[in-house]
Amino acid sequence: MNKLRNVSFVLVLILLLSVLPIFAEGQQEPVGPAAPKAAEQVVLTNNIPKGDLEIFSWWAGDEGPALAALIRVFEAKYPRVNVINATVTGGSGVNAKAVLKTRMLGGDPPESFQVHAGQELIGTWVTAERMLDLTPLFEREGWMDVFPEDLLKLLGTDAGIWSVPVNIHRSNVLWYVPKHLKDWGVEAPSSWAEFLVIAPKIQAKGVVPLSLATTWTVNHLWESVALGVLGDDAYEALWAGDIPWTDARVVEVWETFDKVLEYTNNDAASLSWQQATDMVVNGQAAFNIMGDWAAGYMSTTLGLEPGSGYGWAASPGTDGSFIFLADSFGLPKGCENPDAAIAWLTVCGSKEGADAFNPLKGSISARKDSDMSLYNVYSKSAAQDFQQNRIVGSLAHGVVANEGFMNDFSTVMEMFLSSRNAQQAANACQAIAIQNGMTR
Amino acid sequence: MIDRRKNTFISVLILIPSILLVGLFIYGFIGNTIVVSLSDWGHRLGGLAFDPEKNFAGLENYRQLFSGFVHGRFRQDLVNAVFYSILLMAGTLFFGFLFAVLLDRKVRAEGFFRTLFLYPMALSFIVTGTIWRWLFAPSGGVNIIPTFFGGTAGTFLWISSRATILQFNWQDLFQVLSIILAFVFLTLLIRSLRTGSPKGRTFSIVMLLITLLYASVIHRLLPPILPFEEMHGFNLATLGICIASIWQYSGYAMALYLAGLRALPESIRESAQLDGANEFIYYMRIAIPNLKPITLSAVIVLAHISLKMFDLIYAMAGADNANTGHPSINMYLTTFRANNFASGAAMAVVLFLLAALFIIPYLIHTHRERRG
Repeated sequence: MNKLRNVSFVLVLILLLSVLPIFAEGQQEPVGPAAPKAAEQVVLTNNIPKGDLEIFSWWAGDEGPALAALIRVFEAKYPRVNVINATVTGGSGVNAKAVLKTRMLGGDPPESFQVHAGQELIGTWVTAERMLDLTPLFEREGWMDVFPEDLLKLLGTDAGIWSVPVNIHRSNVLWYVPKHLKDWGVEAPSSWAEFLVIAPKIQAKGVVPLSLATTWTVNHLWESVALGVLGDDAYEALWAGDIPWTDARVVEVWETFDKVLEYTNNDAASLSWQQATDMVVNGQAAFNIMGDWAAGYMSTTLGLEPGSGYGWAASPGTDGSFIFLADSFGLPKGCENPDAAIAWLTVCGSKEGADAFNPLKGSISARKDSDMSLYNVYSKSAAQDFQQNRIVGSLAHGVVANEGFMNDFSTVMEMFLSSRNAQQAANACQAIAIQNGMTR
Repeated sequence: MIDRRKNTFISVLILIPSILLVGLFIYGFIGNTIVVSLSDWGHRLGGLAFDPEKNFAGLENYRQLFSGFVHGRFRQDLVNAVFYSILLMAGTLFFGFLFAVLLDRKVRAEGFFRTLFLYPMALSFIVTGTIWRWLFAPSGGVNIIPTFFGGTAGTFLWISSRATILQFNWQDLFQVLSIILAFVFLTLLIRSLRTGSPKGRTFSIVMLLITLLYASVIHRLLPPILPFEEMHGFNLATLGICIASIWQYSGYAMALYLAGLRALPESIRESAQLDGANEFIYYMRIAIPNLKPITLSAVIVLAHISLKMFDLIYAMAGADNANTGHPSINMYLTTFRANNFASGAAMAVVLFLLAALFIIPYLIHTHRERRG
């Protein structure tokens, strides 16, 4: 009897304890809808920055030297600040983003953190009201005139500007080897219709017309197809929520994408993006669409000469448009050393900082006045396009869509790769756009 | 009497810290996850705010997971997990038992082989996953083995194939389940008829009739659980994952079975031989039935390993390869990449209930045995 009583006592205790958090939850419930607050702006002071500055990023390995060069510029200017370089490795920041979330939620934000500019930052951290508006800093440094207007529009919202871009990459680039194309008697296509005409000829020679790699590169290809089919205005309207995903033009994007996929390698899911680039270099594939980090890979790692060893063009149908993505740094609320953080952001946006960082990273500067003599042949051409082209944002790299949409889009893409049903994919996209607050 | 009471008091006192810690950090957080799964935390932007908006949403998240438009991947993940668990258990137990029998026959250098078979267990899943990803690369590893013997290289895409077999429509899920259950009750019925024991016979007959009735008639009368057709099935891409995990866990099953075989008294084997049983019959008819408790505990351990599988798949196929998807990876992505905390918590609870499905009968079983 006694034993039974003890057991039930223990059980009741465990039950009580497990119910505890429910009450805790109850107390956290907000009372009524919170009134919309005006965005908190960064406060600029004349204090000389000192103390510790923790910079959180995923730039290790190949990208490490570029970050180190940027930090050297900073240290020369602000010798009293002790820079703590906190990197969490993992491509595109898969691990870093998760670590950052736990640190932010735990009330221990770093002074500044790397983040893809645009909706990836805005949808996660700005809507959570955890970032400071940097408009005063942009005005003081004169960045409103130095950065292209299209870019500023995508970096900010109606309420403010949220991060300082340190680099610009281009997403819609078609890569090929000029010598191979000459041997096969084809030229780089200027539209998807043209691609679909020459692709069977290339395939007949036993060559894959377009090489493709793992899931994110499929999303990357999709945004180039979308821009090529829709054109600049409709592409931007799609992300602004002005045209729905069920629109006939968007269904046509999926249909074109379906046809393009017919001319890709079937082992794509097991390849890395470098392997897809290798296929072009080795002559196993004719074309590849990848961001311009592929130029860095081919010039530096494979030792090819830009122009003769490898060639490039805007992806089919996107000549005159520049799908950009950028790494940027923002300023979270509640960091311990805002003076040093502002000094860091100032260096990130400065001409000197950008020109120290970008030639090593293989990207171009977001500024219109950078010193082009420091850059290689490819970067010069990209920088020229950046100045003259219409600038639109990338989906696969977080400029135009928030993290929730990007995650769900990967799922829709997997569904599409299995079902190949354009209408169904368009409907699913509309559903996830509604779910992630991307519609008007 | 007073002494006993004092003893009880002291033992409760000693137990309190661990009860508190376990209650808070295990049961408390399970409770919290369940509460989150009933909310709408993260359904809108701003889920990571200082004071995020959370409203009670009832079972909506669960309804979305099983019949919502955008959670098709979760349903395929569940199907994957079921096939994956079955294959992992069957493969591991088969090879584990095979190795144990081979070692049981007093081979030379038994210690060496025992270590050899057990060694994969010592590796972390990340290491196993990386090695097998290389072995299963489409144009290398396993696929080029035939070329060593003059054959042509294989072309099977071990972890990225999009081929699917055993497809069924999710709308017919309950029909499929009831047919499977009908088979289970049919075998139970046949067994009870064969052994002549009336225990549970009526129950089996009734259940058999109910499941057959459901599959043939009732299912057609009910409204479909999904408004559209959605095919799911066994993705051949998961074969690669299965092979890697069978490779890793066979040694574990072998160790369990070997200990079990060694514990069987030599006299049983001798008397079986006197009765004319050869080795094969000895293992099939005598060893396996006697090792039932070991099989059961191995099944329990493997079942919860297969339900918690994350790192191996992450290392082998990456997080976004839906062909090899698993609910645990989906849960991680939904929660920590898409910031949809409520849906992620609902997935976690579904996984938790699945694990409980295996663990609770086991606990009841062992509890009964201990008392009996």
